[in-house]
Amino acid sequence: MRKVRVATTSLAGCFGCHMSFLDMDERLVGLLEHIEFSRSPINDIKHCEPCDIGLVEGALCNADNVHVLREFRQNCKILIAVGACAINGGVPAMRNHFTLEECLNEAFLDEIGVDNPHIPNDVEIPLLLSKVHPLHEVVHVDYYLPGCPPPADAFVKIITDLLEGKEPSLPREILHYD
Amino acid sequence: MSKTIKIDGVDVPFEDGQTIMDAALAADIYIPHLCHKPGLSPHGSCKLCTVDVDGRAVSSCTMPASEGQQIANNTPALKEVRKTIIQMLFIEGNHLCPSCEKTGDCTLQALAYHHDMLDGHFPQFYPRRNVDASHPTLIIDRDRCILCELCVRASREVDGKNVFAIAGRGIKRQLIVNSPSGKLADSDIETEDLASHICPVGAILIKDHGYEVPIGRRTFDLHSIAETDLEQVILKKTVHHDA
Amino acid sequence: MNSVQGAAPTSDLTSASYHDDHLLHRLYALQQQFQHIPASSIGALAAELCLPLAQVEAVIDFYSFFHRTARGRVDLLFSNCTSCGDLSLMHDLCQRLGVVPEQTRADGAVSIGEASCIGMCDQGPALLANGRTLTQLTPLRLEQIAERIEASTPIEQWPAEWFHVHDNVRKNGLLLGTTFSTGSALVAALEKGAQTMLDEIIASGLRGRGGAGFSTGMKWKFCREATGDAHYVVCNADEGEPGTFKDRILLSSHAHAVFEGMTLCGYVIGAKKGYMYLRGEYRYMLPELLAVLERRRKLKLLGTAILGQSDFDFEIEIIVGAGAYICGEESALIESMEQKGGVPRVRPPFPVTQGFLAQPTVVNNVETLAAAAHIAVHGGGWFNAHGSDKSDGSKILSVSGDCTTPGVYEYPFGTSIQRILDDCGAEHVQAIQVGGPSGTLIAPAEFERKLAFEDLATGGSFMIYGAQRDLLHVIQNFAHFFAHESCGFCTPCRVGTTLLKNGVDKIATGHGTQYDVDELRRMAALVKRRSHCGLGQTAPNPILDLLQRFPQAFEDRLVHSDFEPHFDLDKSLQEARRLTHRDDAEAHL
Repeated sequence: MRKVRVATTSLAGCFGCHMSFLDMDERLVGLLEHIEFSRSPINDIKHCEPCDIGLVEGALCNADNVHVLREFRQNCKILIAVGACAINGGVPAMRNHFTLEECLNEAFLDEIGVDNPHIPNDVEIPLLLSKVHPLHEVVHVDYYLPGCPPPADAFVKIITDLLEGKEPSLPREILHYD
Repeated sequence: MSKTIKIDGVDVPFEDGQTIMDAALAADIYIPHLCHKPGLSPHGSCKLCTVDVDGRAVSSCTMPASEGQQIANNTPALKEVRKTIIQMLFIEGNHLCPSCEKTGDCTLQALAYHHDMLDGHFPQFYPRRNVDASHPTLIIDRDRCILCELCVRASREVDGKNVFAIAGRGIKRQLIVNSPSGKLADSDIETEDLASHICPVGAILIKDHGYEVPIGRRTFDLHSIAETDLEQVILKKTVHHDA
Repeated sequence: MNSVQGAAPTSDLTSASYHDDHLLHRLYALQQQFQHIPASSIGALAAELCLPLAQVEAVIDFYSFFHRTARGRVDLLFSNCTSCGDLSLMHDLCQRLGVVPEQTRADGAVSIGEASCIGMCDQGPALLANGRTLTQLTPLRLEQIAERIEASTPIEQWPAEWFHVHDNVRKNGLLLGTTFSTGSALVAALEKGAQTMLDEIIASGLRGRGGAGFSTGMKWKFCREATGDAHYVVCNADEGEPGTFKDRILLSSHAHAVFEGMTLCGYVIGAKKGYMYLRGEYRYMLPELLAVLERRRKLKLLGTAILGQSDFDFEIEIIVGAGAYICGEESALIESMEQKGGVPRVRPPFPVTQGFLAQPTVVNNVETLAAAAHIAVHGGGWFNAHGSDKSDGSKILSVSGDCTTPGVYEYPFGTSIQRILDDCGAEHVQAIQVGGPSGTLIAPAEFERKLAFEDLATGGSFMIYGAQRDLLHVIQNFAHFFAHESCGFCTPCRVGTTLLKNGVDKIATGHGTQYDVDELRRMAALVKRRSHCGLGQTAPNPILDLLQRFPQAFEDRLVHSDFEPHFDLDKSLQEARRLTHRDDAEAHL
């Protein structure tokens, strides 16, 4: 039987959700009987191939995030927003209190100890969006896995449910936003 | 024989002068609510306690109970309506639970859990609002204010002061402080006041006590706001509806 | 009769009927004097009026006509109503004067912004210049205005005819066509006595003309029977529903009938004090209204011992609003009278038992009170001989939009919509908004429907949209209006009207999908059903009506994809492009 192909990525996130994903520990071994990975920081594949499930951590803070998210949406049959940042912007969205100009000035021009002050403008550096946004403002999202991070048990449950062809659900006691 | 109303088919006794919410609370029937607190005058602004009385939508915290009312409360349709209202409260402010010290003890969050809310559903408004950290023991973080006016009422009705008010109109409504500088430090609020403690979210916090109970062992980490919701949470984005 | 606005500023106007110690009036005077409410003035004002500081702050932020930072010495507010507004004129003038909308020009000479409907729909486009009304704007007139602004000519020296407001009464009916003899209603009331007069009003079948249609007689009866330290009569002259201007005519040319209706109500319910809450947009009428009250005092129709009756005392005071549609809701109006923001109260209790200052209060529309005065003279039978089965008497309409003769028309209830269209010269009509944005949008198939509480109810607004109009654009205007005017008290309306506005904007700008339409429909249903007051409960009507009657208006704009982002991605990179001076391919989305 063909293995279910899973891709994962972190946009404007801290990889904490991925750490929690790895916290599945030995259960991962069992899962790997049924799933294989496309693009993921775990294997360093650079682009998302056609997949069954895409797990996206982090918010959208720059143009590259948008490109990656779109690639995931195009290639993944099921797209899951993982964690607080993907769902409502989370900690990265705290910069929305300020204008982008204020943020960049603080970081690259005004901060004490800045040498050769200028705002980086290399074409290799993705431009920042004026505000940080959650995923569902840019693409359709199929499922949400809240938490900062979602516990490993939540990853096990959602993937197992999907493998079994069930509508994924969580026991109420592991639904939390923090 | 006492008068009764019917909530989801159950007879609930009431006395004259009681609201539907009063009668329900006395009978241990949970009607979700956020801006209501027994002992303070009813407000009727959050609309989470909306119920259908003989087919008409009313706020149970302000609607007087009257003989023979047929009240729909715990229905799938109303649950969806309430979830949507909670989502609206989330997206109009900046409710970033992981960075809020009220997490786990927050009524808005607990209601969201109770209603199986997974996301804000709507585009975030991301308003820019001010923090007031001027007071030695209290802090106001307006990002999390849901305009329930519990602090406004607690200060006026229980503390015998008038520390808070709501200014502005529409989506620009905001909590203000009744002091010459508009800062909390210049007001006559004290840490012991009910108004200092009553905030259901993390908008008014007592400084230096935020992490005495670790995250994961807080009130709503261990208990449901209704203590009756034990079903599974479906992770699919649901549509909201009202009829 | 037409009215010309007096040149004298009304800020220093004092009268027995206009009190300087009302917060709204004091803030108005400060705004006039300093073009904003100086922060340094607030403490002293609060202390003088014995109000909490926060209450004054809250009120400043609630009303549209008060500002925290200085507006221009000439502050122009263009109506953004679909009938009396033309924002293209506003943008032209902004360009001509080098002004960014809602930002005061650096030299402080001028600021330009928008106002919700200012009630000049029969003679638009219109604007408020430092609170005074200019109508029938043309590019030439704006050029003349621009010249005067650049020459620093004070508004008081602008040609008086610019401020001319016409009555434009096109069709007289039961009320407008019957001469009212000043004092006659009170003479009749004293002859018959309060109880008989109340019975007469009840028997007439008169229902509230503001739109809700509650029996006027029953309202008076409940109030009369309610106990309290005092009873109050309030005339709701805050007609803010876009497209409504019929009260303007009653106030400018039939003020005696209106004030007499108030006095009559006072006599019936046992009130000694009445208030007229006049919308800020109609402040230009204040001097004349105060003069009418003064004449009534001299005629012994107002004050103590009215018509020599030793126990019949009644005074009328005018309170002027400051730009808040919600204050047309009666309990919000009462809050505003009590020097607060206009937040509708929880009901029950209703104003008839706990209204102004928690005392029994009747709040009636201008037209209702004028009708009551006529009924007192001519009897209930005279009144209910006209109208339809369930709607007695006549209705005064404000007809505007795409027709040859916009203006005021009075019809007996039961008149067909088509008849009205024929009378005002409306051809190729695509749709009519009956009752304003909070009312009903009807399509040609419904033009045989009747003007009546049991069919098409209206507070007086009747906006006609011709074939060339973009109805989605019209509905977008209304969605913006409601989001702007929501008081923000309850969650469904505060957040929901903004979500509806954003949703309509998304579709109207060509970025909406079927998903967005479905979302709009669901949010509209929730706001309509779960909101605290009439504003939220009616705000979604235009959207729902358009979806039902003109679904094509939406479908024509839809993008046929599963999902479109909720914000403009490329625009979101604009700030970063500016800061990095980049414009390469990677700098766009």
